[in-house]
Amino acid sequence: MNMPATKIELETASPVAAPVVAMTPKRPPRTEAYARMARETAVRVIPPLVVIALLTLVWELVCRRAGSALPPPSKVFKDTKELILDPFFDHGGIDKGLFWHLSASLQRVALGYSLSAIAGIALGVLVGQSVWAMRGLDPLFQVLRTIPPLAWLPLSLAAFRDGQPSAIFVIFITSIWPIIINTAVGIRNIPQDYRNVAAVVQLNPLEFFSKIMIPAAAPYIFTGLRIGIGLSWLAIVAAEMLIGGVGIGFFIWDAWNSSHISEIILALFYVGIVGFVLDRLIAGLGKIVTRGTAQG
Amino acid sequence: MTAYLKLDHIDKVFTRGAATTEVLKDINLTIEKGEYVSIIGHSGCGKSTLLNIIAGLTTATTGGVLLENREVNSPGPDRAVVFQNHSLLPWLTVYENVRLGVDKVFARTKSRAERDAWVMHNLNLVQMAHARDKRPSEISGGMKQRVGIARALAMEPKVLLLDEPFGALDALTRAHLQDSVMALHQKLGNTILMITHDVDEAVLLSDRIVMMTNGPSARIGEVLEVPLARPRKRLELATNATYLKCRQRVLEFLYERHRFVEAA
Repeated sequence: MNMPATKIELETASPVAAPVVAMTPKRPPRTEAYARMARETAVRVIPPLVVIALLTLVWELVCRRAGSALPPPSKVFKDTKELILDPFFDHGGIDKGLFWHLSASLQRVALGYSLSAIAGIALGVLVGQSVWAMRGLDPLFQVLRTIPPLAWLPLSLAAFRDGQPSAIFVIFITSIWPIIINTAVGIRNIPQDYRNVAAVVQLNPLEFFSKIMIPAAAPYIFTGLRIGIGLSWLAIVAAEMLIGGVGIGFFIWDAWNSSHISEIILALFYVGIVGFVLDRLIAGLGKIVTRGTAQG
Repeated sequence: MTAYLKLDHIDKVFTRGAATTEVLKDINLTIEKGEYVSIIGHSGCGKSTLLNIIAGLTTATTGGVLLENREVNSPGPDRAVVFQNHSLLPWLTVYENVRLGVDKVFARTKSRAERDAWVMHNLNLVQMAHARDKRPSEISGGMKQRVGIARALAMEPKVLLLDEPFGALDALTRAHLQDSVMALHQKLGNTILMITHDVDEAVLLSDRIVMMTNGPSARIGEVLEVPLARPRKRLELATNATYLKCRQRVLEFLYERHRFVEAA
């Protein structure tokens, strides 16, 4: 029993509520702020630069000797200077600048990934919401998601009889699983409280979907979307090697066939950068969309 | 006594596999319009289950709930709930949280401008209009609960259901909020059913206190009238003989006759 204590507290509490004081943090002088910003940037940027410089140096030293199988960075730069400086040339066929190859790959990814985002969220909602859908579909998903992306390619070539839709299908089928699974987990984890609120307010299923489900599950959905974009970028490079045509994957394969090792290395560099940017893009989008959903 | 809300022979049995647990047994209660009734009992006695049955979030195994002589067995805004943990949607602002319910309940009867005014009116009632554009994570626990109350009030419920509304708050905030609810009840004359485990809260706020025995198979053990005139003043009541007697009655019920058994 906490009676006497409570009473004493209440007496002090009852007359007036404490006034609300708005606090503004004291602003440091501007120059100091800039200096601090520069320091923080330096702390982030300098270590990776040092590591990159060291690795390049090691690479240069190792591959410099005569008879080495791989070119040193200096040779890579010399060989690919034209490709780096002019990414926009187009000599017809597949003899195009790297920009065109990357943009062709990105278009395939954009299409396949958009389809898988839509289908994945829809299926995820279904599986998360309905116990029977989960029982029926979940085992299927668990098996299908372990199939390597390229294993789908021959089948999709047989079905579509064309490289382009096959590549898009491979993107789709690769990136959909994490989206489905994460969405389903997000839907299943919607707190009962929110469902109760929706029930009391009598939201209809459509309103429940848009006003409760999607915002509540958004952090999970974006985790799935982020894994999905990574996987689809992984898959496109491999798929393009096999289907040919314009695309960064086939560019690499083509360079290998013509023994342009330096070009391969340059392409790998671009593939890494684009993959990184795609990941950041989805992460940033997720941050904007899920702003304010952190529970408090 | 005119029955506004009537609980008619409510039993609730939970079944998990072969095991069945009887949580509530033969709950009968009638509540008048404008009455403030508290249900008190030890934790695990099924009082929250009872509230969920009235709210329509759970169904009774047998028996039913009658509101104005009509059976209600699904959730609806006529029995708005103030949840223990406020249950505000974190991605909506204070205003949007209240507006969500208002838009549904008054979709046909009020224009957009009227609904906006009605939301602000209810936020004003709980003194939260200043925080209309804040998100729940940016306001304190007491403020969240105020918004929760505004959301429920804004649906113009026939019965306002409070599920341990002050349980998660510190003592100071709780006292302040209890006074607010008392003032609102005085002003609006709502019919209120409150679940609580706080004896003082029950005596201070209620017209009647329904005391429940320990579960399983919890029943209504006793119903106590609190014959204190309103408006009630917390400080004056501290020494009021009727208040102390009522408090004593509830304490005796809870701690002597129906002592909480930890193992249960």
